[in-house]
Amino acid sequence: MAEVIMPKMGDSMEVGKLLSWRKQNGEQVKSGDIIAEIETDKSNVEIEAEEDGVLQTSVEAGAEVPVGATIATIGGASVATNGTAKSQSSSNGHSAAAVAIPAHDVVAPKPAAVSAAPTKDWGPTVNVKYSHAIRMALEEELNADPSVFLLGEEIGQYQGTFKITEGFLQTYGPDRIVDTPISEAGMVGLTVGAAMLGLRPVLEFMTFNFALVAWDQIINHAAKILYMSGGQFSVPCVLRGPGGVGTQLSAQHSQDLIHWYANTPGLKVVAPATPADAKGLLKAAIRDNNPVIFMEHAKLYGTKGDVPESTDFVIPIGVAEVKRSGKDVTIVTYSRGVVLSLAAAEELAKEGIDVEVIDLRSLQPFDIDTVIKSIQKTHRAVVVQEQWEAYGVAAEFSAQIMEKAFDYLDAPVARVAGAFVPMPYAKALEDIATPHEGDIIAAVKKTLERSI
Amino acid sequence: MAAATKVKAEEASSQGTDADEVINKLSLGNDELLHIYQVMLNVRHFEEQCNRAFRSDKVGGYLHLYIGQEAVSLGVLDVCKPGDQVLSSYRDHAHCIVLGSDPNKVMAEIFGKSTGVSRGKGGSMHLFDKAHGFAGGYGIVGGNVPLSVGLGWALKYNKTDNICVCYIGDGAMNNGAFHESLNMAALYKLPILYVLENNGYAMGTSVERSHANIDLGSRADSYNIPHRKVDGQDYFAVRGAVEEVVGEMRKNPYPYFLDVITYRYSGHGAADGAATQATYRTNEEIERWKQRDPLIVLSNVLRGKGLLDDELNSEMDAKAIELAKAAYDYADHSPVCEPSELYEDVYAD
Repeated sequence: MAEVIMPKMGDSMEVGKLLSWRKQNGEQVKSGDIIAEIETDKSNVEIEAEEDGVLQTSVEAGAEVPVGATIATIGGASVATNGTAKSQSSSNGHSAAAVAIPAHDVVAPKPAAVSAAPTKDWGPTVNVKYSHAIRMALEEELNADPSVFLLGEEIGQYQGTFKITEGFLQTYGPDRIVDTPISEAGMVGLTVGAAMLGLRPVLEFMTFNFALVAWDQIINHAAKILYMSGGQFSVPCVLRGPGGVGTQLSAQHSQDLIHWYANTPGLKVVAPATPADAKGLLKAAIRDNNPVIFMEHAKLYGTKGDVPESTDFVIPIGVAEVKRSGKDVTIVTYSRGVVLSLAAAEELAKEGIDVEVIDLRSLQPFDIDTVIKSIQKTHRAVVVQEQWEAYGVAAEFSAQIMEKAFDYLDAPVARVAGAFVPMPYAKALEDIATPHEGDIIAAVKKTLERSI
Repeated sequence: MAAATKVKAEEASSQGTDADEVINKLSLGNDELLHIYQVMLNVRHFEEQCNRAFRSDKVGGYLHLYIGQEAVSLGVLDVCKPGDQVLSSYRDHAHCIVLGSDPNKVMAEIFGKSTGVSRGKGGSMHLFDKAHGFAGGYGIVGGNVPLSVGLGWALKYNKTDNICVCYIGDGAMNNGAFHESLNMAALYKLPILYVLENNGYAMGTSVERSHANIDLGSRADSYNIPHRKVDGQDYFAVRGAVEEVVGEMRKNPYPYFLDVITYRYSGHGAADGAATQATYRTNEEIERWKQRDPLIVLSNVLRGKGLLDDELNSEMDAKAIELAKAAYDYADHSPVCEPSELYEDVYAD
């Protein structure tokens, strides 16, 4: 008899949802038969029988099952196996991305880590995933403004690589949900040109790494046309998609290049850390009259949080938020760095160290005032980023803090950053190439070693 | 190389456009014909004044003159109507002027003054005039082609009968963005007229030295885009071809590709002098093309119809010189940009 277990599709995946049984309880199955489909945050995965026998299911369809738990047994076979289910992507290799980006860790994080300002008066809220919050913003803006349309690879007929645009093609039609060829320069050109005539395109990069192919269109065109034209042609558009590191996608698919965009005048740059911020900031980005780089994080897609239902919920670009109030050290960060920093802060609290975590939310324009105000209170700062250390966000904020709060500092600003290497595939190497809670904790403690 | 270019010119001209046929078909009146000639003269002398300004150190950066290619701008843009959107490369003065921009403001832009069409922010390579449908000149070879997909998309999305005209040079056709864009233009059936100003050289590299397939128009076949070759020195050849395709494009949006054979007499840029030009082309070749100067080709038609004689020609020429010099003076006397303008228009409100 062989056990079929909920497979672990990524390091931090803890539960998976059993979507449906393809073979019924008591049915005879053959090795290689698809017996079940499970849902992870990035794609649905089909489970194959490893051997011949009678299927005996042990959970109902729709159940959330911990990784490693038995979901069925296959009996009557002569040789027992360890029962590790072989899984295959349900995309059958149709999409390069679905194969290249298999279902990875994204599970609901500890509530404390993503409770975005629960004290706010947001009206009714829903508890949804970050990826769903993005969908909410897109849907609301598509409904509100006929000049908004979406384009990208696999967003329509395929229903979206990450299912964010699932059902949109059927609802909004092919003029507003535009499937594109794998032509990033052409896609961004379409976006920028349409925006020049007053439309509000929202482009999805399957992953933000693909934007590099369109770099000339983004930097030399999108960012500069307003200025070069002496203010005649604004370019109201959003370039969005998942970026970030830490999903074992290796060098070309795993990097945080947000500082490149933030270094370019003419672009606005946003990187939400929570579902609520994702919704509110994306709505602001779509309504903004400038090209906005909206950098999502693949590892945040599955994180959950309360999100206001109101269609008027908009978070202004350029305003940071104190995600955790504290008095001893200020952590300045963005995107997934916020989740890591909040977790680190909880650990440090156990040792009596009270950390303030500032989520920049926008990197261009950025809210230096909130940062300075915090440092005037704590006198210490740690900047956390996933990207390579040199010339990065932390370098910029270290300089800003030095220029604007030098007299308040009791210790040098510390940086937590990725290792200066192309991202290695090997998990053991990737782990040490990317920042973790422990790195943040160490950096915070280092700033506390000195006292004046 | 020179021989190949010569063959190309003869081939194009041997297509034998009958000017009268175009004139009759479009019912172009005598005044209109003379006006076309006047605008072409205006463009020519505007460029001559730009050259003078560059030599007098009034103009910084790069300066790419259009002299020799004038019929390509007029022949296409005379077919445009309000709402049409035009994109160009860095050799963009003529397109802007022919669309109706004030030559004074165009020259002021080239001089880098805040009275310029782009308020001094763009310069020679980045003229923009939204009111006249000029969506800009762009400095990265091939970089304007993806934008055409967006402009064409918006025109169709908004259910207009307008078209986008995208001027490119032969050099742009070897850029990847060109191919992505033409594929998408045809895939989405967008109303974009691609006008290849095939002047034979990408800077100093001839078509023969940079294209494996020198029948450049045929590359549009790859994207299922209809195309034709046109004699770019003959206004009526260009105009006639464009009139034939644009009507259909307005009704049933779809891209079209014109391979317009033309020639620039000046160097790639104003800094591309006789010595550098000698590395890639001969004086004989330039002189041969001057025999088919678009001004000569057009004026011969007008003379043939009894509309133009030496006296009127001189008069019109003098008027064009006067206009161009006035533009020069306007630009020269415009105030320099204020430091306070530096940070204006980085972001839209």
